Amino acid sequence: MTTTPFGAPTAVRSTAVAARATDLTKVYGQGETQVVALDAVSVEFRQAEFTAIMGPSGSGKSTLMHCMAGLDSVSGGSARIGDTELTSLNDKKLTRLRRDKIGFIFQAFNLLPTLNALENITLPMDIAGRKPDQRWLDMVVDTVGLSGRLKHRPNQLSGGQQQRVAVARALAGRPEIMFADEPTGNLDSRSGAEVLGFLRNSVRELGQTVVMVTHDPVAASYADRVVFLADGRIVDEMRDPTADAVLDRMKRFDAKGRTS
Amino acid sequence: MFRTALRNVLAHKARLLMTVLAVMLGVAFVSGTLVFTSTISDAYQKSSEKGFTGVDVAIEPHRKSGDDDNPGRLPQLSQRLLDRAAKVPGAAGATGSVNGFAAIADKKGKLTGEGFSSSGANYYPGADGKDPRYPLKSGRAPKGAGEIALDARTAERAGYKVGDTVRMSVDGPVLTQKLTGVFTTDDGNVSAGGSLALFDTPTAQKLYGNPGEFSRIDVKAAAGTSQAALKASVEKILPKDAEATTAKELAEEQSRIISQSMDGMRTSLLVFAGIALFVGIFIIANTFTMLVAQRTKELALLRAVGASRRQVTRSVLIEAFVVGSVAGVTGLLAGIGIGAGLRALISGTGATVPDGPLVIAPSTILVSLGVGIVVTMLAAWLPGRRAAKIPPVAAMNSVHAVATTKSLVVRNSIGGVLTALGAAVVLTAGSSTMMGLGAGLVLIGVFVLTPLLSRPVIAASAPVLRLFGMPGKLARQNAVRNPRRTAATASALMIGLTLITGLTVIAGSVQQAIDKMATGSLKADYVVSMASMTPLSTDVEKKLSAHPDVTAASPLRSSPARIGGEHQSLTGVNGKTIGKLTNLEFTAGSVNGLSGDKVVVDDATARINHWKLGSSLDVTFEDGKKGKLTVSGLYKGNDLMRGVWIDKEALAPHQSQVDDRQVMVKTKGGTSEATEASLRKALGDNPAIQIQTKQDISDGISKAIGLLLNMLYGLLAMAVVVAVLGVVNTLAMSVFERQQEIGMLRAIGLDRKGIKRMVRLESLVISLFGGVLGVGLGVFFGWAAGDLISKGISTYELVLPWGRMGLFLLLSALVGVLAALWPARRAAKLNMLSAIKAE
Repeated sequence: MTTTPFGAPTAVRSTAVAARATDLTKVYGQGETQVVALDAVSVEFRQAEFTAIMGPSGSGKSTLMHCMAGLDSVSGGSARIGDTELTSLNDKKLTRLRRDKIGFIFQAFNLLPTLNALENITLPMDIAGRKPDQRWLDMVVDTVGLSGRLKHRPNQLSGGQQQRVAVARALAGRPEIMFADEPTGNLDSRSGAEVLGFLRNSVRELGQTVVMVTHDPVAASYADRVVFLADGRIVDEMRDPTADAVLDRMKRFDAKGRTS
Repeated sequence: MFRTALRNVLAHKARLLMTVLAVMLGVAFVSGTLVFTSTISDAYQKSSEKGFTGVDVAIEPHRKSGDDDNPGRLPQLSQRLLDRAAKVPGAAGATGSVNGFAAIADKKGKLTGEGFSSSGANYYPGADGKDPRYPLKSGRAPKGAGEIALDARTAERAGYKVGDTVRMSVDGPVLTQKLTGVFTTDDGNVSAGGSLALFDTPTAQKLYGNPGEFSRIDVKAAAGTSQAALKASVEKILPKDAEATTAKELAEEQSRIISQSMDGMRTSLLVFAGIALFVGIFIIANTFTMLVAQRTKELALLRAVGASRRQVTRSVLIEAFVVGSVAGVTGLLAGIGIGAGLRALISGTGATVPDGPLVIAPSTILVSLGVGIVVTMLAAWLPGRRAAKIPPVAAMNSVHAVATTKSLVVRNSIGGVLTALGAAVVLTAGSSTMMGLGAGLVLIGVFVLTPLLSRPVIAASAPVLRLFGMPGKLARQNAVRNPRRTAATASALMIGLTLITGLTVIAGSVQQAIDKMATGSLKADYVVSMASMTPLSTDVEKKLSAHPDVTAASPLRSSPARIGGEHQSLTGVNGKTIGKLTNLEFTAGSVNGLSGDKVVVDDATARINHWKLGSSLDVTFEDGKKGKLTVSGLYKGNDLMRGVWIDKEALAPHQSQVDDRQVMVKTKGGTSEATEASLRKALGDNPAIQIQTKQDISDGISKAIGLLLNMLYGLLAMAVVVAVLGVVNTLAMSVFERQQEIGMLRAIGLDRKGIKRMVRLESLVISLFGGVLGVGLGVFFGWAAGDLISKGISTYELVLPWGRMGLFLLLSALVGVLAALWPARRAAKLNMLSAIKAE
């Protein structure tokens, strides 16, 4: 359980670090076919901050997120969630860490079609065998505006609603950090804006920490800070970004072509 | 198109492996059966042909219809006929033979070989003093009452050498014979593992028939005389109760009988192969349905670039053809192995099969390949048609359209009607054909209904699955996610278990019924009979009656007769003691004082013939004498004790040859080992005689039924193995289809163990669903069949083998666990990231 008091709005940005990468390196393949996806990346994600990771395709932005989230193994360096060093954890401990301390939002929603919205939201806690904190849950459900649709199955919900369920699922366990991988990739712009709004609110009002990978400058503009990656290295950073500023920055990657 | 299809097969090797295995098993069973039966029947054929060398025309007794004066035994052939036959024009010589049962004890006093294949015959020396049928290997031919010759194999097996004393028995009393010779023979019975003892002709005639008479005369043709010509000249001297047959006709008749008996065996084995193949169909259809679903985009692309519907269907069918061919060829090879193995197994244990080469008939090859290909293509036909219905636009959608879940209303209605109809037929069935038809209908109906049934039945497992937490809940939901697939998978298992349970229920009930019948109506402590079930000499009864421990003894002996114009067997018993030995319920009169012209009759026979207590019956005895009998009692009969019983003293004068089917004995101290040993000793420690207590009889019944049941289990195990492959396949597909979900579950915190548990529980749920349906249906059929059976066996009542049924459910659980091993591992090993991204 986190020590953040229930529902306390963190108007003042904390300086505590939720996750940190130090000289994080990820290499795929061997010899001739070797590809360096992350080249000694060092980055911090502060608590109660909304960070967007951007970069052209193949820049390593997704890899960075996967390594930080304990979804992928690391070739070198260190990745920490809070005080926990991920590289030293075995699969079992890593799984428990993801379950208890990390929330995920995927591009393809990834809801279980056999469970209704509420069951999908509480899935991580059900897996852990924990009772959800009912007041927190109610608030999360309220925040994402799903109160009337909790008994619906995913196939009875629109894409935007499904992604909101996914956001609620990530939030429900009060994770230390939430990772979102192109959360608006499969949504129309209006639904996308809604979801991004919820992510921002969860940071501003609920004090959550969000790290989001995106290639959409508009999505990135919802973040407090944008980290730019190219060729496996962090090349730039921007605070309080606007869509235009991000787009301008991205244009400078043109040599490598726009992201997909 | 062919190349595309072939590439698809190669691309889905692992996926299709289970399908190939399933078809292969079925084909292997079919070809194994065919190879085995043709090999055996060929070997028998050859050995029976050999048996007729040296014979051109055979004369055998023939009972003419309408010859009713003498309902007794078969007429025999006289020495005079033999002498005349040897001299008919074109005859080079004639040999007479008599034969019957002869049990040989080995050196330890145990019976050599099986009771029913232990035979004795006469040595008939020709002009040169030798019998060409039995060339002597060592020693000389038997002469006189105290000598015998044995076939080489039996002599070796029992450890006898020329000059040894051999203990043997023909109809009860022990004979102690001197072994004078060992011979070799082509006799089919011997080459099939039986034993043959030879006496000189007068001794054999005395032991087996009447002195001076033969049961067959073989006439050999002189050079240049055809069998037909010889037959014609022999027929001129034949009495009216004999007929002549050429050796060619005999051999043909024999081979017809052999192929007929092989046919029965082949058919029943093929039925089991058919069941295995039928189960296989579900798996093939399932596999192809899933392959098509997975390839929706690819197939749509083919359609988009201009492939016609027919071409798409054809590409799926070509794929099925390739799979079927591979399965057919490998199945055939495996089947040849099975055929060879089966023969080796049989000749290894019982040694009742003559030797011969392995026969692989062209028809075997054609049938095996054909079955493999046809079954596979048939099963793939529907999925193939479904593939053709994929619209070209599906290629453009990024998320492939999940096959629309068609409503099950039509399916459920059809299933409901079929099941109800079938159940009605089963419940009202008057014959086994109707019963089978109804059972088939119910089975198909329930199969059609399985998707509907899957929901409530699997939902019922929720409380148990809840114990396993989230994986349990997910497993349950996954299991009902695709009801059709779950149904097809569970049905495969259901069919096998239905048959197994049904057979077990029936066998168990029959066993108990027979047991009750065999022992319930018996008061005797021991029943003495020949091990071969051939008649006992009356000496045995005399010796037993004289034994100091025996308080009562009665034989059961049969004599053919006619009562009121109808054939009716008279059973001779000891009227004074029978009441103490049997425990029959008399509805009228009693068995006490059964003597003279009094008879007691079972109520069923009495009802059919309209006899009552006191009825007077006109009887013609076996010797043709006429008389009158009075019904003095009516008893409730059963299959072992029924018919017309008469005092043996009243019957004896009419019998030409008196022998007993069995002797019932009551002893002073009841059953004990000492009593049994003492009785055995009184009978000369004879290996051919069995002395059974009630317990022995019921054990024997249990053993026989248990053996049969085990054989059927073995055969049906095939269907279960195929079903396991089906479960494996379904789970592998499910895991593949749900990899994105599994990846997500891993990401949000379900560990590998949890994933494994989820897959295993799903497998368990599906398998147990099949198991519950199968056991349920099996019990229903067993119960329904009981009505039919109880018409034949009055003591029949349903016995539910709870232990076995539990075992079968456990077995289906085991199937589930085993089938999930590999898919669960695969699921747990899935790479989370690629799984999440998989489209």
